[in-house]
Formats: sequence, structure tokens, C-alpha cells
Amino acid sequence: MTRLVYDETFEGLLTALFQVYDERLQQVAIVPVSAFQPDFFAEDIKVFTDASKADRVWQGLKPFSHLQQLIYRSYLREASGAENKILEAVRYVLKTKNEKDYGHPAVLQLADWTKEVGREKHRMEAFVRFKRAKDNTYLAVIEPDFNVLPLIAKHFKNRYADQVFMIYDLKRDYGIYYDLKKVDFVNLEAVNLKNLNAITHEEEIFYDQMWQDYFKSTGIKSRINKKLHLRHVPRRYWKYLNEKNPH
Amino acid sequence: MNFERIREKLNILADAAKYDVSCSSSGSKRTNKNKGLGDSSGMGICHSYTEDGRCISLLKILLTNHCIFDCAYCVSRKSNDIKRAGFKIQEVVDLTINFYRRNYIEGLFLSSGIFSSPDYTMERLIAVAKKLRLEENFNGYIHLKSIPGCNDELMQEAGLYADRLSINIEIPTVSGLKLLAPEKEHKDFIRPMETVKNNIAIYKSEKKILRNTPVYAPAGQSTQMIVGATGESDKDIMYSAVHYYSTYKMKRVYYSGYVPVLQDSRLPALGTEVPMLRENRLYQTDWLLRFYGFDVRELLNKDHPNLDIDIDPKLSWALRNLHHFPVDVNKADKRMLARIPGLGMKSVYKILNARKYRKLNWEHLKAIGIAMNRAKYFMVCESKDWERRDLEPQRIKSMILQSSQSKYQKMYNQQLQLF
Repeated sequence: MTRLVYDETFEGLLTALFQVYDERLQQVAIVPVSAFQPDFFAEDIKVFTDASKADRVWQGLKPFSHLQQLIYRSYLREASGAENKILEAVRYVLKTKNEKDYGHPAVLQLADWTKEVGREKHRMEAFVRFKRAKDNTYLAVIEPDFNVLPLIAKHFKNRYADQVFMIYDLKRDYGIYYDLKKVDFVNLEAVNLKNLNAITHEEEIFYDQMWQDYFKSTGIKSRINKKLHLRHVPRRYWKYLNEKNPH
Repeated sequence: MNFERIREKLNILADAAKYDVSCSSSGSKRTNKNKGLGDSSGMGICHSYTEDGRCISLLKILLTNHCIFDCAYCVSRKSNDIKRAGFKIQEVVDLTINFYRRNYIEGLFLSSGIFSSPDYTMERLIAVAKKLRLEENFNGYIHLKSIPGCNDELMQEAGLYADRLSINIEIPTVSGLKLLAPEKEHKDFIRPMETVKNNIAIYKSEKKILRNTPVYAPAGQSTQMIVGATGESDKDIMYSAVHYYSTYKMKRVYYSGYVPVLQDSRLPALGTEVPMLRENRLYQTDWLLRFYGFDVRELLNKDHPNLDIDIDPKLSWALRNLHHFPVDVNKADKRMLARIPGLGMKSVYKILNARKYRKLNWEHLKAIGIAMNRAKYFMVCESKDWERRDLEPQRIKSMILQSSQSKYQKMYNQQLQLF
């Protein structure tokens, strides 16, 4: 058994796939470095992430654009063992050319993960709540279940073309920042909520209040259906939704 | 800005607008222009959900709840003693922009009580949309209400700034309208619909010749009917819905269960339960007509003027037409697959895709995610097991009901006791 230990970047994963084909490895597992534990019976190889190798793999998968999406989104799903499912699916699709055969367990698994990630992406497009800072930057903090920031950047850039904004993923400790020209990935030291509150604009409290008022007055009491409400807005997202945190 | 005053107005005017159920924010192709604000080219987004489970995607408010009409079903009617308020145009613009910038909403849904005249009211609504588009370079979604009885030129202007226009027919029958809104005439509702439909067609055909023709109401028009206010049958409602879909090319017809808000001898008493289950069945029927290839006459007709409350309309149709079943899922065409109870269109497409590679058996179908408790009586697949008994419709129905648990069970047991 060979184990390829990679650095958890997407390029690293693609490089590992390259290595599997390049060295014709049969009994192989791809392991993220953070989950790596020495195993007496395995032969461990460190993958040196290589952009050109990664690119060759990606180009090679071009005819299977559906599979490409499955791979990228399943990677963002951050499930344990995802790397090996991805490898399994790649092997199956390259052999049979059936990239939409959901009868195959690995393809089906990737499709399910992709669906979950898509759902989370859509949720974040809905549940991001900006606060205006004193310097007119619009700030939002999120803790999505999966790593969806790279997927939502384009949506927010198109929508808020004329406003400087930052969306920060506290769980993974990085964010996207738009400076009116392009979106960059940023790392900030010591982002905490108190910090953010200190720099918010004074007017913010009014809009916050008005949104909460609106939320309340647009509901119809005689139709109340808490179960349905919870299904659409699960509790774990409430933390950053101002309408669910009345003063 | 005086926030406390605006807060008060927002509370009154959001409360008055909430009975309009349309919340759609999709279907427009308006992209961000010149680095302005907003983009409504993608799919609709529900930014939150009210505690009754309806989506919040637009800032849904009235410009004012002052109204010269006295329609029995409406909270804002003239004779109702409630707090009245009115927004200034700039206030609505500011509120929309500020909510939008914070990612609270997809855009604005603006309606209004009718003050002084229909034309004057419509002009004010248009002024808001115009300001948002031209001064604020706002590319979010705008849904404007057409005011019954306003003139054609105004309707033409409205469509240049709004993504969707709608006018609520509210009462599905002409006689019902006479009873509950004696001052309004049926033709006042129809006229704006006609104008909007014609304009959409004109602008579309011009766009083919001149590329820079402006878009006109790219998300089309919709309407709404109140259910359960005038004793109309499901057949009345759905036949009118079909009429609006076909004659006026509606994108959507919404059904709104009547919420008793006023004491009036012409209406159900206060405290009467909102007919939510009936509303649900009507939406199911609407979907069957629009996406499943059903004709309304198959689902509702002289012998069957009302939908069943305890089972969905597709199952009900299937039980009345058992001679079409069982269907072989490995051979049947799309149209017939869509008619099997328990199969949605997603499952239909999955089946069509999956059966290219292999013949499907019960295991495959389960994995695809179809509602087996209903579907199993109506289909056969690559397996020796299938329902061989020659069952009576009544028997199938009771077996399905026994094997399923509906969250509405309590409700229809109650409703059935009435008869």
C-alpha cells in the first residue's frame, strides 16, 4: 500500500492524481497531511505540489467538465476520505467515459457531496449579512459548513460592483476582500466579533433594527409554522442572522 | 433621516403588504451595468423565511395604505379603522438601497392603496422605480403592482423600470367580485394585463430587429387569487388560473388562502382557519398543469369539481384512471412517467438518464429517491415483484393513507367532519 500525503490544496490533490497515473500506482491512498498518521505497513510518499502537473491533470479532464465540477466541489466539501472517492471516480470515468452514471458508487458519492456544497453556496449567498464600517467597507462574518468562499466570490463581486466588501470565514480563518477592482483572498489576525462591532458605523444600528422590524411585521401570525421555518433557516445559521438575534 | 418615524411607517406598511404572496425574484436577466449596484440575472434568492415559513426575498411594502376603495377582503379598505401611513418616494428608495447593500433582500416589491386616483397612484409607483434605476443605477429586482383602472401609457412606462408587473384578480369569479368589491369592475383588472402582455410581445419582437431596444418587464407578469373567501369551487379557481396563463401569458398565478382579518357578513367569520391545505392542493394542481403535462379538465371537471383533501391531485387522478397503469419504468415515455404518483420531474429525468446504462429494479428506484409508498401500486420494473392483486381504487387509497403520515392529517380529519 502506497500513501500519497498532500498539502490539502486543490493543486496538491491534482498533483497527487498525476502521480498515481505517472507512477502507475495500483494500491494507493491519498491522505491529507493533517490526517496523516504513520503506519508501519504503508509506504508514504510526500507529494510536492506542482502547478504544471496539476494543470496537466485538469486539462486532461476537460472532456469531462461535469466530473471536473464534481471533483472541485467534493474537494471543497472537506469530507474525510474524499480524495480516494475522487480517485475512484476519475478511474471509473476515464475508463468508461460515463461521467453521469450515478449507478457507480463513487460517482454517486461525489454527486451527493456536490449537491451539498451547492446548497451551502446558495445558503451563503442568502445568509451573508453585511455591516457597514466607519470607512464604508461592508463586512460580513460566516461559518459555513463547507469551504464555499471560493464559490461565492463571483456572485458578490457582480452584485456589489460599487461597494468595498469583505466576507470572512471564521471557521477556516480566511476571507475574500473586494476593492472595487478584484477579489482577493485575505488572512486577518485576530478577527473577533467585538473587534468588528467597534468599527461599525453608527447608522448601522438603525438598519439592523429596521430589518428586524420588517422581519417581524411581514410574518402572518395565523399561519405560523415553526417547523417549516426551521427547515429553511436551520438553527446553526442563526448566529450571524440579525433578524434571528433581536436586541 | 428620522429613523423612528420611518420605523413606524415600515411597520404599518409592511404589515399591510404581507398578504400578497408573490415572492419570486427570479426570471429577470438584468445584469450589473457600469459598476452600479445589484444584479438580478441569476436564480432567485430567499434571504430569510418568516415564522410562517414563507420566503423573504423582496422588501414588500405599500407606498401608502390610504385607499379610496372599500373592498371587503382587504385590510386597508376605507372603512377599516387602522393606522394609516405613507412613504415619501425618496424614503422607499433609501430603504431599498440600504437593505440591498446589506444583502437583506433581492429587491423591492412595491404595491399601494389607491389614493386620489388610479393614475396618480401608478405614477408614484413608477417614480420610485425610475429613481432607483436612473439615479441610483440599481440593477436589483423590482416588482411593481399595476393599479386597476390606470391608463395604458403608464403601464407602458412601468414595464421599462420594473422586472415584473402584477395585478391581483383576488376574486376568481365575476359574481364574487361584485359582492365583495362593488366599486371595482372586472375590466379594470383585465385592461392592464392586456397592455402588459401586448407590450412584452412588442418589445420582444423589436429587440430582434434593434438590439438596443430596452427590455420590458423581463420577468413577465403574475396575478393572485384569494381562496376560500366566496365559496368558489376548486374548479372555478383552476379554470380561471388556466385562462390567465393562456390568455395573458402569466408567469405565475398565486393562490392565497383567505386570512380572516375583518368582521363582515359577506366573508368567513373571524377565527376561521386559514385553508392552508386547500391552498397546497391548488399549488400542486398548478404544477401538474405547468410542468407535468396535465390538462386541467383531467384533474377537475363536472363530476369532480373539487380536489381531494386527503390525497394529492396526481394520486387522485391515477385512482380514477387505473386503466393507464401499471407503467413500465424501463419503457414508458417521459409523459407517462410523469403521471405515476410519487414521481416528481427530477425523478423522471433521473430514471430517463439511469436506464440508458442498465434496466432499473426496485433498489435503483429507491436510490433515486421516489416515494415508493405511492408509486409501487402504479408501476413495474426489472423485478418479478410487483403489485399483482387487482385492487380497487378505494383499497389502494386506504393502503396508501395507512402507510403514510401526513402533517396535515389532523387538519383534514377536522375538515372532513364538516360534511
